[in-house]
Amino acid sequence: MQNYFQKEIETMPREKLKSLQNEKFMKQIKHVWNDCPDYRRKMEASGVSLEDIKSIDDISKLPFLTKDDLREAYPYAMLAKPLSECVRIQSTSGTTGKRVIAYYTKHDIDLWDECCARALVAAGADKNDVVHVSYGFGLFTGGAGLNGGSHKLGCLTLPMSSGNTDRQLQFMTDLGSTILCCTPSYAAYLGESINERGLRDKIKLKAGIFGAEAWSEEMRKDIEKSLGIKAYDIYGLTEISGPGVSFECSEQTGMHINEDHFYAEIVDPDTLEVLPEGEEGELVFTSLDKEAFPVIRYRTKDICVLKKCECSCGRTFIKMVKPRGRSDDMLIIKGVNVFPSQIEAVLIEQGYQANYQIIVDRVNNSDTLDVNVEMTPDKFTDNLGEVAEMEKKLVSALKAMLGIYAKVHLVAPKSIVRSEGKAVRIIDNRKI
Amino acid sequence: MTVKQISVFLENRYGQLHEITNILAQAGINLTALNIAETKDYGIVRILVDDVAKATDVLIGAGCVVSVNPVQVIAVPNKSGGLNDTLEKIADANIDIEYMYSTVDGVNGEAKLVFKVDKPELLEKTV
Ligand SMILES: [Zn+2]
Repeated sequence: MQNYFQKEIETMPREKLKSLQNEKFMKQIKHVWNDCPDYRRKMEASGVSLEDIKSIDDISKLPFLTKDDLREAYPYAMLAKPLSECVRIQSTSGTTGKRVIAYYTKHDIDLWDECCARALVAAGADKNDVVHVSYGFGLFTGGAGLNGGSHKLGCLTLPMSSGNTDRQLQFMTDLGSTILCCTPSYAAYLGESINERGLRDKIKLKAGIFGAEAWSEEMRKDIEKSLGIKAYDIYGLTEISGPGVSFECSEQTGMHINEDHFYAEIVDPDTLEVLPEGEEGELVFTSLDKEAFPVIRYRTKDICVLKKCECSCGRTFIKMVKPRGRSDDMLIIKGVNVFPSQIEAVLIEQGYQANYQIIVDRVNNSDTLDVNVEMTPDKFTDNLGEVAEMEKKLVSALKAMLGIYAKVHLVAPKSIVRSEGKAVRIIDNRKI
Repeated sequence: MTVKQISVFLENRYGQLHEITNILAQAGINLTALNIAETKDYGIVRILVDDVAKATDVLIGAGCVVSVNPVQVIAVPNKSGGLNDTLEKIADANIDIEYMYSTVDGVNGEAKLVFKVDKPELLEKTV
């Protein structure tokens, strides 16, 4: 078995890595200054010029970049290469306002594929594997990213996209897929379908790479059990490149950031001060080697912690712990911060399926929280009292986790729509 | 007599009960007893059928949540005071009734009742 996709870089001593980052950063900042007038104006507006940046240690002098900046840049403003050099776009799944368009040159695609190939190898893949990509293909980066990574590694790649479960399972059994790449909610759904149809003995899956959605450790265990695999997390954002900005290794104690391509900082989301290593804050990324769409100090809105410690896998890249949830996903209900991942963790811990829907509304100026949960055979008996008792237990467990009351509705199995890309878990009817 | 009862989870939604009877009818299964217990949001349909294995299969196949458990079926004289006498014996024997309902296939001046109790063996001996 292969341990690394690019051993020299992935296991580079920290000192050497730091100087590589510095060298690449200086090139990247010159590139945006010279080739992207919008960036230059942004830097000038905050009183920084290229001369002020002597090394990567001066990065904190640079202004932050936000999703709104990128939205305003629609369609071309933040482009740092002529369109004739660009070969592809991808786009975010924004439902409100303008989408963010990310541009890629051949070099940028290459770099992204490389990141995904590293993630695949870290999940135990080599060229003999059959990689089943059930992320959506199209503007969404999930399908394109893992597809590219799998090509790069030389695996037989099945560009399945999501949906059409019958075909997914047919190819999975007939072609012997060994690595599954999709959203965690779709993996859970495929697991359910495989077990329902009694196909567990016919599948050859050994590992899965799941991302693009927040998911809990409990959900990981659930997926691992239902598919009989080891489940790996992967992280990325279209704004930075796509999946593969960071990835899990066999130790599964955080995701290694591809630091030769992306420089990570943690800042206080309110004061924007850079926080010392080990403190929780907002994750900020700077690309080090992108041509068409470089990002300097991009605020991800993800709240997490960076860990610099030796990893048993031998990689020297810093690790980020699983984000507690995107501040985008975070709901403020009755003044309390609620992450869908907290609700999911309670459901699984109480023996329910991870398929749920959160409905938030405002009645008489007060927020209401309703959670629809599917009934499962494990929780069902002929005794109404027992079923009601279990429901009550779930309500108190949710109260203990969230600090606020949630009304639980037990609904028929499969009545909550399964996601084919990202799950629609939250319906916020408040008109704020 | 001990028989197997099938319970099905029911969301309180228009047409849900019909969906279940339809699944059973399509499979040619005959219902001999039916009872519903419900809260505001959901309910439990309890049924006795002529073919438990087949009914369970088609219900699960159609995506229903199903549970199968034993209940006692007791014949009660279909006359004034018939049920009263039976319930009196049960009360005297200190048997706790969780729920009960009647079947649709009573014959020969007898009604058949379905009991879920805490001491099924004692119930069989008592009545
Ligand atoms: Zn590692």
